[in-house]
Amino acid sequence: MKIEEGINKSLLEILKKIREKYSEEVLWFVCFRDECTVAVKKEKIRDILKYLKDTPSLEFDYLVDLTAVDYLGFREPRFDVVYYLMSIKHKHRIRIKAQVSEQECFIDTVSDIWATANWFERECFDMFGIKFKGHPDLRRILMPEDWIGYPLRKDYPVYSNLGEKEWQTYKELKESAKAWKENETE
Amino acid sequence: MRQSDVKELIVNMGPQHPATHGVLRLVLELEGEVVKRCTPYIGYLHRGVEKLSEDLTYVQCLPLTDRLDYLSSMINNIGFCLAVEKLMGINIPKRAKFIRTLMGEMARICSHLVWLATHALDIGAMTVFLYTMRDREYLLELFEMVVGARLTVSYPRVGGVRCDINEEFLDKLYRFIEDFPNKIQQYETLIDRNRVWLKRTKGVGVITAEEAINWGLTGPPLRATGVYYDVRKFFPYDAYDEVEFEVPLGKNGDIYDRYKCRMQEMRQSARIIKQCIEKLPTGLVLAEDALRIRMPASPLKIDKKEIQFEVYIEDKKIEEFIQKFPEVYASVESPKGELGFYIVCDHSAKPYRMRVRAPSFVHIAVLPKLCEGFLVADVIANIGSIDIVLGECDR
Repeated sequence: MKIEEGINKSLLEILKKIREKYSEEVLWFVCFRDECTVAVKKEKIRDILKYLKDTPSLEFDYLVDLTAVDYLGFREPRFDVVYYLMSIKHKHRIRIKAQVSEQECFIDTVSDIWATANWFERECFDMFGIKFKGHPDLRRILMPEDWIGYPLRKDYPVYSNLGEKEWQTYKELKESAKAWKENETE
Repeated sequence: MRQSDVKELIVNMGPQHPATHGVLRLVLELEGEVVKRCTPYIGYLHRGVEKLSEDLTYVQCLPLTDRLDYLSSMINNIGFCLAVEKLMGINIPKRAKFIRTLMGEMARICSHLVWLATHALDIGAMTVFLYTMRDREYLLELFEMVVGARLTVSYPRVGGVRCDINEEFLDKLYRFIEDFPNKIQQYETLIDRNRVWLKRTKGVGVITAEEAINWGLTGPPLRATGVYYDVRKFFPYDAYDEVEFEVPLGKNGDIYDRYKCRMQEMRQSARIIKQCIEKLPTGLVLAEDALRIRMPASPLKIDKKEIQFEVYIEDKKIEEFIQKFPEVYASVESPKGELGFYIVCDHSAKPYRMRVRAPSFVHIAVLPKLCEGFLVADVIANIGSIDIVLGECDR
């Protein structure tokens, strides 16, 4: 199937350029509601993003968003790391998706290309457990430091009955509250 | 005192500190009064909005977005609605577009008034607080008149807005807006020529244009450096392409320029509201195909031709996969910066993944850069000037 009708001409040019330069890496293109997505292999993600940032006619200087999506049970490899780029000069946006499997749950960092990626990658690690190779300070950011598990993965329950996975600090708090209550009734 | 007597001191600022505007914790390593290192710790207000939304229908997700940036909940709602409308291909009536624009700008003024009040209070200018709160109160009462709620409004709906507005509301709003530029003047006379204010804001917390883009700043902190980027102008949504307004820019990228940008922005907001009231068309406020509380099991009716793709690998299943998970990103210009919603959908009534691109999150990340090498007192001024809301940062 060919992408042609109704797609922004300049975006189509960008897709062609990426395809020419990295024909081995690109897996597929999708265009939906004037947004274009490029799925790539994760090995050369740094090169691709650097190319997008530094090429004069592209100049994706602003990293809008960096996140991940978990497609557990729908596709293998399971995760997609999603980079949403924009060029303030040329006013175009593009989405790059790199595939990461559960067994090899890591990808190269881009925090030295865009400073804003630093915290986005930390959040991504916190929520999905995807490690970013070469990140200067990869710690949990939103969840407590001693939290076990990665909340935004699809196999992590929404409702609270976590059992053994319950946060240690919370368990201790519950026990001490229980002990305190027993003392009071006596 | 000899050099060797100077010891490094670690100060824990927050999480319960009034000047941190919520529950932000900063660990400062000081040498005398100079900040050597600043490490922000966030997450104290993390409620898992992204995880929760995966278990709720699109309609039920809407009130969750109120709780992100609670000072301008209207704009959060609009952002979410825009994303879902884009996904489902719903066209909203023209009157609803204008009402949303008008309400969004009211929310922007409210948010900027709170920012001005607290920012000035942090730096030591007490008086302006009372004036801005008085005017914000008036706007909140107007919200209450239409919606019934003051802060967490949930007024926009996927496909329009919940209810129509009446003449009385428009009259009151118009009268307020006519007078509002004078009031901004009033605030400015209170602080603009105050020597303490100028000393503490000019040349403090400077960031250059390239750095600001690299750090992903948006909204007034970016525009204060002179970069022209405003989602309302770049990717117009609602009725922003039908009203006239300017995007105020700064030059130096310091605290003073951020302050100036926001003050000018309030004037432009007033201008937009005025035009919206004058141009307000008649008609419906909710589209025919708007989402109702009881959603069908698969609300998405996307023609297969709308998802265009080219696959370069040998995999039969991948075509099916691409058609199963369409995804959109829609962003709005919130008072803090670019607020984006990225929704991946699997054709059911619940979002498969909802991601919130929160401007406050990005802006706190830049705090160490602004603070390191300056005085402790400037930390407070910097926090105020980037205008963060922790509810949005932690989600």
